[in-house]
Amino acid sequence: MSGNRCAVIGVGQTEYRTKRRDVSIAGLVREAAARALADAELTWRDIDAVVLGKAPDLFEGVMMPEAYLADALGAAGKPIMRVHTAGSVGGSTALVGASLIQGGVHDRVLVVAFEKQSESNATWALSTHPPFNASLVVGAGGYFAPHIREYMRRSGAPGHIGTLVAVKDRRNALKNPYAHLRIPGIDRAMVESTPMLWEPIRYLETCPSSDGACALVLASEKAVTGTPAWVLGTAMRSEPIFRAGRDTVDPRAGRDCAADVYRQAGITDPRREIDVAEVYVPFSWYEPMWLENLGFAAEGEGWKLTESGATALDGDIPWNASGGVLSSNPIGASGLIRFAEAALQVRGMAGEHQVDGARRALGHAYGGGAQFFAMWMVGRDRP
Amino acid sequence: MPSEAPPGAAASPGGAVADPGGTVADPGGTVADPGGVPAGDPVVDPVVDHVLEFPGGYTRTTGPVIGRFLTELRDARIVGVRTADGRVLVPPLEYDPATGEDVTGEFAEVGPAGTVQSWAWVGAPRPEHPLARPFAWALIRLDGADTALVHAVDAGDARAMRPGLRVRPRWRAERTGHITDIESFVPEVTKIVSPVRAEYRLRPGRALTRFLEGVARGVLLGCRCGSCGKVYMPYRLSCPECGVAITEERELPDTGTVTTFAINNLPDPRAPEVPFVSAYILLDGADVPLIALVGDVPAHEVRQGMRVRAVWAPRQEWAPSPLSMSNIKWFAPTGEPDAEL
Ligand SMILES: [Zn+2]
Repeated sequence: MSGNRCAVIGVGQTEYRTKRRDVSIAGLVREAAARALADAELTWRDIDAVVLGKAPDLFEGVMMPEAYLADALGAAGKPIMRVHTAGSVGGSTALVGASLIQGGVHDRVLVVAFEKQSESNATWALSTHPPFNASLVVGAGGYFAPHIREYMRRSGAPGHIGTLVAVKDRRNALKNPYAHLRIPGIDRAMVESTPMLWEPIRYLETCPSSDGACALVLASEKAVTGTPAWVLGTAMRSEPIFRAGRDTVDPRAGRDCAADVYRQAGITDPRREIDVAEVYVPFSWYEPMWLENLGFAAEGEGWKLTESGATALDGDIPWNASGGVLSSNPIGASGLIRFAEAALQVRGMAGEHQVDGARRALGHAYGGGAQFFAMWMVGRDRP
Repeated sequence: MPSEAPPGAAASPGGAVADPGGTVADPGGTVADPGGVPAGDPVVDPVVDHVLEFPGGYTRTTGPVIGRFLTELRDARIVGVRTADGRVLVPPLEYDPATGEDVTGEFAEVGPAGTVQSWAWVGAPRPEHPLARPFAWALIRLDGADTALVHAVDAGDARAMRPGLRVRPRWRAERTGHITDIESFVPEVTKIVSPVRAEYRLRPGRALTRFLEGVARGVLLGCRCGSCGKVYMPYRLSCPECGVAITEERELPDTGTVTTFAINNLPDPRAPEVPFVSAYILLDGADVPLIALVGDVPAHEVRQGMRVRAVWAPRQEWAPSPLSMSNIKWFAPTGEPDAEL
């Protein structure tokens, strides 16, 4: 890892729901931030700077919400900045916050990300159909379905693999009190009985639309309070979406980003050396795809890991013990929730979905047309 | 303790407190029952109307407790009475219905806001109902009360009703000391509408203009990067890989290969029907795909590797504004053998 040591000392999450009608946007982000501060046993006054992330402004129609939310996040008289890298923004926000610690600029940074999808409709906001378009693009599911189909063709994965992930993550969600989708008794038959929305993606293989916020308190080594999760490696990558020969199934930017994080954290065999991973899987088939992209399985072999149960909560490399994006998806916060859950695991504070003895955890986010990536590795032990 | 509403008080916003008259359908079987008509006599129907209505209406002496309640209503306040064990009954009674003991003489102001405990939706209101539009009869526990009051909730839509809904009274301007001094309860303000509109004047820019001018002539224009040799479609001015300016134009055929696709079951204004296929189509000679509709073939017969050709709309239907893709309806199978992927 480059720069000064950085640790996560506070994690705060709101309950994720279809509609948080009981809170304003300011109330929503304050709920998460206050819980993160309480976890770190700090107050607003102890924070040096605030970094805020969320997905496109068109989701809520609040333009530049960082300006409106500065006071709500206790930023008066302090630096505040806003991060936006589409769906990966939650992860990027944590990394920008961490860089302020690693660079020695601040000692305690509050990182917050949110989305209040119920204030409008994300599919509408993502399908603005500008004139003069030479290509027909059809929402997020319509965009990613062809990449999933291509993965299935290349790998020869059987059709039920996506179903297994949909069931596994929703069962995990039953152990997470913050999770949005809670479907007792979910099984393969239930998932397979739901309609294809964007074939080969079924309804229950799709993430929900959620309201919610997540917050972290990051600290320099000398400012650590409470139980730290040490940041062992951080990286962001992007790639040009219109590049000829771009591999949308196994994006180069994702591979490069993972390699960078593993190098910093001293990981050479992610499957063996990482205890738990929180990976951005908004459509169930992205678990086997990212298993390969992140080096947990060889090319074409990711689905076998899923099928074997290795990624289940009681498997040897649990993925998305929290229930993941498939169970809670306040888009702007979804990446930060992955990073936060990774930190909770190595702090031993993940409650019912704790992976016993987790010492090293990966947090991952991707966004746009699978062209933005953000990842970090956190650990129980100081690097 | 939702079940502890005094039965009489909870049953009707008029009945127990002060009968507004006319809401009780049948006080004794004298009005509605045409009984005794002999069956099988089609000629003479002996039914006649007979109305019993005490001129000016009956009075109801309120007594001290309900009288205080109605007097406070006239002043736009809601009070309950405290029982010996400290609970507050709203509407108040002279006695504790649970024990039969007298209530204390202590009145407590409650509300005005309260919480809906349960409700019944009235989709087709009758003339006697408090509102002419659909509404809910609801059990409302006012803040500070231990029992619930029945009243109308003007929620607009049954979907707005739920246990826990917060409501407040809408008072009539002219009040007389009657339960109907509250016209109805209305939900608290939890949401406003904030119209946001951004209006743009867009030009396609040099590269896309050049491409769309080609489409207007029936030509698909791409370009070739002089540095990496990749052929881009649509035409563009720089290479996203190399960053250098592209100067070589290249006309591409309107045939290509479906590399992958989605079968969309959600409607889209740009697709003629559901399901529709949106496909990545790699035009012959191009190195980047475009996303387009595939038509003239059942959705489930589309394959990866399928050979397709653009289906152009008839010339006379071409858009008067030339800068559009609408001249191409979709891509359809050519019937050639599938390409290797
Ligand atoms: Zn080039």
